[in-house]
Amino acid sequence: MIRSSPPAVELQHDIKGRSLWQDAVRRLARNRAAVASMIVLAVIALLAVFAPMLSPHPYDEIYWDRIQMPPDFANGHWFGTDSNGRDLFVRTLYGARVSLMVGVLATAVSLVIGVIYGAVAGFVGGRVDDIMMRLVDILYALPFMFFVILLMVMFGRNIFLIFVALGAVEWLTMARIVRGQTLSIKHRPFIEAAHACGVTRTGIIFRHIIPNVLGPVIVYVTLTVPQVIMTESFISFLGLGVQEPLTSWGVLIAEGARLMEAAPWLLVFPATLLALTLFAFNFIGDGLRDALDPKDR
Amino acid sequence: MSDILLAVRDLKVHFPVRSAGWRGAHCHLKALDGVSFDVRAGESLGVVGESGCGKSTLARALLQLIPPTAGQVLWLGEDIAGLGDRAMRPRRRGLQIVFQDPLASLDPRMTVGDIIGEPLRVFQPELKPDQIRHRVETLMGTVGLLPHMINRYPHEFSGGQCQRIGIARAIVLQPKLVVCDEPVSALDVSIQAQIINLLMALQRQMGLALIFISHDLSIVRHLSHRVMVLYLGRVMELGHRDGLYRNPLHPYTRALLSAVPIPDPDLERARQRVTLTGDLPSPLAPPTGCVFRTRCPMADRRCEEHTPLLEPAGPGRQVACHHWRRNADT
Amino acid sequence: MDELLSVADLETRFRTPEGEVAAVAGVSFAIDPGESLGVVGESGSGKSQVFLSIMGLLAKNGRCSGQVRFRGEDILGLPAARLNALRGSRMSMIFQDPMTSLNPYLTVSRQLTEVVVEHLGLSRDQARARALEALERVGLPDPAARIDLYPHAFSGGMRQRVMIAMAILCQPELLIADEPTTALDVTIQAQILDLMRVLKRESNTATVIITHDLGVVAGLCDQVMVMYAGRLVETGSVREIFYQPRHPYTRGLLRAMPRLDDIQDGLLDTIPGQPPNLQALPPGCAYQERCPQVYPRCRSERPELRILGPRRGVACHLELGP
Repeated sequence: MIRSSPPAVELQHDIKGRSLWQDAVRRLARNRAAVASMIVLAVIALLAVFAPMLSPHPYDEIYWDRIQMPPDFANGHWFGTDSNGRDLFVRTLYGARVSLMVGVLATAVSLVIGVIYGAVAGFVGGRVDDIMMRLVDILYALPFMFFVILLMVMFGRNIFLIFVALGAVEWLTMARIVRGQTLSIKHRPFIEAAHACGVTRTGIIFRHIIPNVLGPVIVYVTLTVPQVIMTESFISFLGLGVQEPLTSWGVLIAEGARLMEAAPWLLVFPATLLALTLFAFNFIGDGLRDALDPKDR
Repeated sequence: MSDILLAVRDLKVHFPVRSAGWRGAHCHLKALDGVSFDVRAGESLGVVGESGCGKSTLARALLQLIPPTAGQVLWLGEDIAGLGDRAMRPRRRGLQIVFQDPLASLDPRMTVGDIIGEPLRVFQPELKPDQIRHRVETLMGTVGLLPHMINRYPHEFSGGQCQRIGIARAIVLQPKLVVCDEPVSALDVSIQAQIINLLMALQRQMGLALIFISHDLSIVRHLSHRVMVLYLGRVMELGHRDGLYRNPLHPYTRALLSAVPIPDPDLERARQRVTLTGDLPSPLAPPTGCVFRTRCPMADRRCEEHTPLLEPAGPGRQVACHHWRRNADT
Repeated sequence: MDELLSVADLETRFRTPEGEVAAVAGVSFAIDPGESLGVVGESGSGKSQVFLSIMGLLAKNGRCSGQVRFRGEDILGLPAARLNALRGSRMSMIFQDPMTSLNPYLTVSRQLTEVVVEHLGLSRDQARARALEALERVGLPDPAARIDLYPHAFSGGMRQRVMIAMAILCQPELLIADEPTTALDVTIQAQILDLMRVLKRESNTATVIITHDLGVVAGLCDQVMVMYAGRLVETGSVREIFYQPRHPYTRGLLRAMPRLDDIQDGLLDTIPGQPPNLQALPPGCAYQERCPQVYPRCRSERPELRILGPRRGVACHLELGP
C-alpha cells in the first residue's frame, strides 16, 4: 500500500542512485552477527597471510628438545608443539592458508563454471537444457571420493589437483541453483524488453540474467566455502590431502584426534579455528540472505 | 491515405497444451486465430478486448518475441513472421514496445541511463559513452524525467516515472511504430492521464504510429484513430474510432461499450445496458461457429454452424457477425 | 444514535525499516444503515487501510488509534475473539482478488457453510440450504452442481460471486468491498456491479465500495469520500462530488479521466507530479505540490476538513481566500 516516491530534489548535479547492491550492503552492515563474522574472518585471513612474521619459528623446523610441549608463552610456542616438535601456532596458520585458499579457489572455480553453465542451460532451454542438466545429473551420480582418490593416485598428491577436484564437483549444485533462478526470471518483462531492443542472447545472459541471479548465488557461495573447507579437511583426514611438511586444518585435526588424550592442544587449536571459520561463513551467508531479500523475513 | 507500415495477414499463434494425465492428448490454445489488419504511418490503432482475447500475444507476435504459428507480418512490405533472432535484429530499430508493468520491465540492477541507452549501444556501437549519455539526458527531458536522475535505479522511481523510462527506451532509436501493451493499466488515474498525454505528444512530434492495447475503452477512444475489437483470438470489429463508438455494429462491441461505467451519476444511472450473461468460454475449447455466440443476445442456429468472416461494413469498417445489419443505424 | 458505524479521528501507522509512516490520519465519518458509501483515492491514499483498521485486519506492523463505534459499541482494538463475533456476521468484507481470499484446499460448500454454522449456529443441512440460496441470489449459474467444487474450478467472475455470497450469508449490516471489480474484465465487472445494485435494493445492508474508478462510484453510491495521502479531502453526496466538486484534487481526478461519453480531442487535463511520499509529507497541505492554485498558507498550515453541511466537508484553504 505504501509506496514511497523519491523526494523531489532540485539539485542540479547528478544524483547518485542507490543500487540494490548498495541497499543490501547497508542492510548487511546492520546485521551484528554478520559484521562480527566478517571481522573474525578478516582476522583469521590476516593472521594466515602474515603468519611467518608473527612467530620466531618457521613452520617446518623441528625442535628435537621440545616434542609435544603444551602451550608456553615464554618460548614463543603459543599453541605448543606437535609430536614432531614443530611449532603448532605457525602450523595452524599455515593450515589456515591452505584451507582458506582451497575453500576460496575451489568455490571460485565452481562459481565461474556453475553460473555460466546454469545460466546458459536455463536461458536457452528446450533440448539444450535437457542435455546439459542430464549431464549434471550423471556427474552427480559419480562417487565423489572415488573420483578424488583416482585423481590423487593418477597424478600424485598435488594441492592444485584438490582445487580442481573440489571445484569440479561443487559447480554442479551451483549450476542447478543458477538454472532455477534463470528459469524464474527468464520470462520477466525486462528480459523480453532487452530482447525487443535487439540485445543478443549472449548479451542478455551476461548483462541481464547473471547480474540478477547473483543474489542467491552469493548466498550459496558463502555456504560453499565452508563446505569445501570441510571436504578438504576430510580428504586430508583420510591422508589424501596436502603433502608434509605443508599442512592444512584437516591434517592437523587428524593428528590432534590421534593424540587427543596425551596432547589435547593439538586438537583444540586447529579445531577451534576451523569451527570459528565455518560459523563465520554461515553467519555471513544468513546475513546476506536477509540483506538481499528483505521480504523473505 | 498514407503508406502502410505494418500489414498483418491471417496471423495465428497457437500454443501446444498438454491436457491432464500422463501422456495426455495434445491440444492447441488458439491465442490468436486469423487476425488481419493494417497500421499506417503516424496513426494509432487501439486494440481492445478482455483477458484471454489474445491482445498481449498479439503484441509479442508482432515483435517476433513469440513466433507466429501461421500467417504474415509484413513490416514495410517484407514478411518478418518467424524470422530468426539475427535476421530480426536490424528490423527492431523501427519496431518497439512498451510493457504493462512499468517496474518489472526495467532491469532492477541497471541505472536509468544504462536502461535507456541499451538500444543505442546495440545499434550504434560507434557512439562514445558521453554521446550516449547526452542522447539519454535529452530524451529524459523529452519524456518528463529530470536528466540528473540518470544514475538512479528503477526501484527509486514511482510507477508513472518507471513507465516514462520504459517509453524513453522504446523511442530512443526513433522507431516508426511502438506497440503499447496496456501501458497505463497499472497506474493511478492521475498518472494515467500524464502518460497518455506523453504518448500523444510523442506521436505528434515524432510521427510515430502506435498500436495501443488496452482493456479500457475510454482510454482507447481518447487516443486512437482506429479501433480493433478482439474476442477469443479473433477480430470482432474494426473501424474508425468515431463510427465504431457511436454506432457499434458487433453485439460484443455494443456490450463492451455499455459495460464501461461513466463517471457521471445521473447519466450512469439512466443508461440502458446490454449486460452479457455468462463467462468467457475456455480458449482451449472455443465454441463452434462464432466464438461469441455463447454470450450473444442475437445468436441463432446460423451462428452455431458458420463462423462469420470479417466483412466490410461501410468505409474503413469491418465486422465479423452474421447479424450486423440489424445493429446498423439503430 | 441511528448511525451504523461512526469513526472519529482514526489514525493508522506502520512501522517500517525507514521509520514510522502514518497511512491514515485524522479520518472521521459515519455510515447510516442501508447507505452506500464510495471511498475514492489513489494507491497509497490510505483508502483500504481505513477499513482494514476498522475490521482489525491490519498487517502486523500496523497500529491504529481513534474511535470506531459499530451500533454504538467501541470496536477499535477489540481482541480477535470479540471481533470474530462481528466479522463475517454483522460486518463482512470482499477483497480485490477473490482467488487469494478463498481457501484453495476446501470446497466452496465447506467454506460457505462454515461461516453460517459458526455465526448462526445452524445445522449442516440448514447451512447448506442457506449457502445454496445465497449462491442463487448472487447469480451463480447452476449452484447445486457447483457448490461442492474447489475454488480453482471457478472463473474470476464466479469466484467474486462466491465471495459476495459468503459475505451476505449472514445478512450483515455492513458490507465492505475493497476494489471488488478491479481484477475483473469489463463485461464481468458490469455483471458484478448489477448484482451489487440488486443486493442493495433488496436488503438493508450498508455498503462501502473502495475503488479508484469514479465510474463505479457514480453508478452505485449515495455518499462519497475522497482521500489523499491518508486524509479525507472531500466528502459529500454523489451528486455534490461529481457536479460541484470543491477540492482541487477531486476536480483534477474528474477531469483527468477520459470519458466514454464525451470526446475531448487533444490532451487530457492532468494532475501534475506524483502522489507525495508519506514519509516526507510537506508541512501544510499534502496536495500543495500538485495543486493549480496554492496560497502561502497552504504551505504552512494543514487544512482541516471544514464541515459545510450534514454530510458535506472539504479540506482546502482555497475558498477561504489567502
